[in-house]
Amino acid sequence: MTETTSKTKTSGLIQPTRRGALKTLAMGAGAAATMPLWARYTSAQSAEPIRIGFGKHATGIGAAYGRWYERTSVAAIEKINGEGGINGRPVELVTEDDGTDPRRAAEVLEKFANQSNCDVAFGTLFSHVVVGAAPRAGELKLPYFVCSEGHHVASGMLNRWTMQPGITDVKSQISAMAPFITDVLGKKVTMIYPDYAFGYDHRDNLAPAIEAAGGEIVGSIAIPPTETSFTKYFPQIPRDTEVIYHVMIGPAVLTFVKEMGEFFGPSRPEIFGFIDSLEATDLTSPGLEFLDGTYFWEGMPRYLQDDAPDYVTAYRDAVGLDANGASVSDPSDVSTSAHMFSCWETLHVIKAGMEAAGYQSTEDRQALIEAVEAMTLMEAGPAHPGGTKMFNGKTHQVFGPQYISKVEGGKLVVQKTVDYEETMYPDEVDYTSMSF
Amino acid sequence: MEFGPYLMLAMLEGAVLAAVLALMASGLSLVFGVMRVVNVAHGEFYMLGAVMAWVVTQFMMGLGGGPAVNFIAAAVLAPLIVGSIAAAADVVILKRLNYDPERVIVATIGLLYIIQQAALMGYGPDAKPVVAPFNERIALPWVAWGENGLEMYYPWGLSTTSYKLFVIVAAVVILAGLRLFMTRSRAGLVMRATQLDGEMATAFGIPVERVYAIVFGAGAALAALAGVLIVPIQQAHYLMGGDALLLSFIVVIIGGLGSLAGTVVAAVLIGMSDGIISVFFTPTLAKIIATLAVALVLVFRPQGLFGVKNR
Amino acid sequence: MTRRDLTLHLGLIAGLFALHFLLPAYHHGVFARVMVLAVYAIGYNIAFGYTGLLSLGHAMFFGAGMYGVGLASYHFAIPALPAWIIGLGCGALLALVVGLLALRTEGVSFMIVTLMFAQAAYLVILYYSEYTRGDDGLVIPGDMRAIGSWDLSDEGTRYLLAWALFSIALMLSLWLVRHPFGRVLVALRENEERARLLGYDTGGRKLAALVISGTISAAAGGAYATMFGYVGASFAGVQYSIFALLWVLLGGAGTVLGPFVGVLFMTYLNDVASGVTEAYMLIAGVVLVLLTLFAPQGIVGEIRRRFWKDLP
Repeated sequence: MTETTSKTKTSGLIQPTRRGALKTLAMGAGAAATMPLWARYTSAQSAEPIRIGFGKHATGIGAAYGRWYERTSVAAIEKINGEGGINGRPVELVTEDDGTDPRRAAEVLEKFANQSNCDVAFGTLFSHVVVGAAPRAGELKLPYFVCSEGHHVASGMLNRWTMQPGITDVKSQISAMAPFITDVLGKKVTMIYPDYAFGYDHRDNLAPAIEAAGGEIVGSIAIPPTETSFTKYFPQIPRDTEVIYHVMIGPAVLTFVKEMGEFFGPSRPEIFGFIDSLEATDLTSPGLEFLDGTYFWEGMPRYLQDDAPDYVTAYRDAVGLDANGASVSDPSDVSTSAHMFSCWETLHVIKAGMEAAGYQSTEDRQALIEAVEAMTLMEAGPAHPGGTKMFNGKTHQVFGPQYISKVEGGKLVVQKTVDYEETMYPDEVDYTSMSF
Repeated sequence: MEFGPYLMLAMLEGAVLAAVLALMASGLSLVFGVMRVVNVAHGEFYMLGAVMAWVVTQFMMGLGGGPAVNFIAAAVLAPLIVGSIAAAADVVILKRLNYDPERVIVATIGLLYIIQQAALMGYGPDAKPVVAPFNERIALPWVAWGENGLEMYYPWGLSTTSYKLFVIVAAVVILAGLRLFMTRSRAGLVMRATQLDGEMATAFGIPVERVYAIVFGAGAALAALAGVLIVPIQQAHYLMGGDALLLSFIVVIIGGLGSLAGTVVAAVLIGMSDGIISVFFTPTLAKIIATLAVALVLVFRPQGLFGVKNR
Repeated sequence: MTRRDLTLHLGLIAGLFALHFLLPAYHHGVFARVMVLAVYAIGYNIAFGYTGLLSLGHAMFFGAGMYGVGLASYHFAIPALPAWIIGLGCGALLALVVGLLALRTEGVSFMIVTLMFAQAAYLVILYYSEYTRGDDGLVIPGDMRAIGSWDLSDEGTRYLLAWALFSIALMLSLWLVRHPFGRVLVALRENEERARLLGYDTGGRKLAALVISGTISAAAGGAYATMFGYVGASFAGVQYSIFALLWVLLGGAGTVLGPFVGVLFMTYLNDVASGVTEAYMLIAGVVLVLLTLFAPQGIVGEIRRRFWKDLP
């Protein structure tokens, strides 16, 4: 659907709400850096809004993510507008449902480029949707910022117009997790992953990473998509397994985790999972008690940590998250915290890129890509609440901190943070050498 | 895990799938048998049953009910609500199509979209759990030859839950009841008469239209009941109907069109083979083999296992 | 083939050619896609609309064309045109094998058997993820997306090629149904027993119809792969089998123009409805129900019933 968010209309740049303004002031340094923009806005030549096309997984398998991706994006746009917009122009989010479907997503990009006059497109999560839509972005010469965590961008299979500056990819996430798994949990690892798209990034990268860290993969179980019961696969877990590594996605994940608990009963091995298995799921749901004491990867902590800096609380307040990472208006509406922050950060990268490129109109799209490619360090702060990141312009991929959390009393508590330096790997592509 | 216990575990899992499938497919089979139409929205009634179970238990929790009471309320109310919706759809839509097979397919695809979108808007995109009335993990024993002859022990991982066993028993009881109803009661007789010859039934004064509405509602209610039973194991999700629909289609056809007994046997076969094949192959390969096996059964026995040729 | 038939269909083809110059960018892109998918629907219509073979597995033929092209270009660097012919071959071969087995059944059993074969084909794509990249799919390299000096990723070239392919498929389907062979197919649909008694080799005809149908579907899948540069398992999923059935039933099963009208209608219904509300599936559902209530033979079928008795 084409929907210009009502929030940008009412509380946009021209009449910032009092609350928005106060919040902006409260952000201190962050706000100060953007203050000159107010002046720039008043003298800007065009007050036409910058239009950002947002491909939302509103229906289909990704719907739980789409809802939170949208909320985060709307909050980020509100913040950006409250601080003077981009190059003095207000920003508008144009939302279209892509049905979590590659064909529809490609059509949605055409709609952004040719019908709703968007300057850029952004926001896709599911990797098959990204892979299906990216060729169209290249043909349309439409900057396409994805928030997917797939390795597709950095592997070189996409094109110069597709970038992932807001979220790290699975390969770097795994290289950060492997040493922790082998050092702390155990050397013999069995992995359980979905037999599609997103699972392969894990399958292909975990074994080398674990071996490099001195462990070994003793079992590897690919679960077919559309599977709804899992107990029958668990006996394939080798008996000498010390650690189970699980990463599942989709509506059956809760069943998966629950049945794993029932299978092992009181004598379980160590369990390490990617939070993807339980995004948008309440950890206190019935059947999940057995997860207590197990570990999860998180892209950004779901639960408010004791030592959370101000910019993190500001981000959480803006999006509307309570301390448990659920919606402030409905505690049973749990967010996709470990991924959705990437929408916030990506929108800030777009803003920074457009400002660096002096972006005026769709003529400057190429300059925008080049400006983002030139970016490197992104300091943690109001624009990057997920932590300090390093962008690699050649591979169009960002590297950032990874969080390892333990379930304690139904909450995820961060045990270890791995900085971006430890997650880098050699380049597999140089997009800057490709033509536009 | 050793082979014996593994096979037993897989069969237990297969039995749970078979139980749910048998319930759901007998609803489809009933509709197909009596009305001769393919109801593509059948899976959505299953989903609605699961969603309604969540709604009812949430509501009852607000009243302070315990898990068991809530679940019983869900098991009674959800099929009733879903059955009424389906009966209404029959009267409003299907009746006006004169139950033309092709038009019913398109209309029920439309119905599928409507129900799915309504569930997405009203219930949301998340999978939500319903607490089982009871759910103890039961470790199961196994016997093997040891040094001292026959020994009984509890192998690693061989377990089930009391709720899963309950699902199997409940399905058996409901299906037995359905069979009694169809063979012994007057209403069942009327349905079977309509199934055999609609025109003749009309001539004998049977209100065929009303029978159709009731059958369509009852078929949906069976699917909804299957949804209620599965939801403590699998959670309710607005897209859960699709695969369930495909599976129950297969079961109905393999069992032989309109044969309730055949449907049940086919459900057991499909459910068990799904479990057992998964013991021998990697999961995706197991699915491929199971799927092709079903197709080939039909190719070489097109009337289904229990169907009569050229009916 | 009467002159009126020819005028109508050539008129549509000419109109679509004219639209190449008239349509604004967005709709130009939509029409290119609609025409390729309409070829798929035309293929499906030959099996379902004319021969009465209710298949729910045509996505496997579409997918065979798509993956035939995709794997050939991606792994063996075979250029677009030869790759497309490989895709056609894959579709024809698959249709032949499936036909030999599945045509032993009929009616609803045929529907289930084709559904199962298609499901197995879909899972095979996932199973060999090493080569297919499973659900993620493949992006076809840019230099494989050209026929000679024509760059298929160029909007204009793409539209014209889609138009050419559609025109060929449309005229082929018109010719087929006016040909004695096509008339036998219709006879099969109406009463197979009688056709057999009249001495027709009904099994052979049905197999031929399914192979033609599968090959045309594969032609569409292969064209889609090179034209839009992406090959993915979602195109081989059960949803795309249902789409084909839906498009044809909506447009009018057993009419030459029905498949195109069905695809166009559904595409714009979704597009327009999604502009109005997020619940566009709801609108699509209601429209489907209304159509079955008030235009039971599909849009073109209804026109034929009311205004134009001998519309092909």
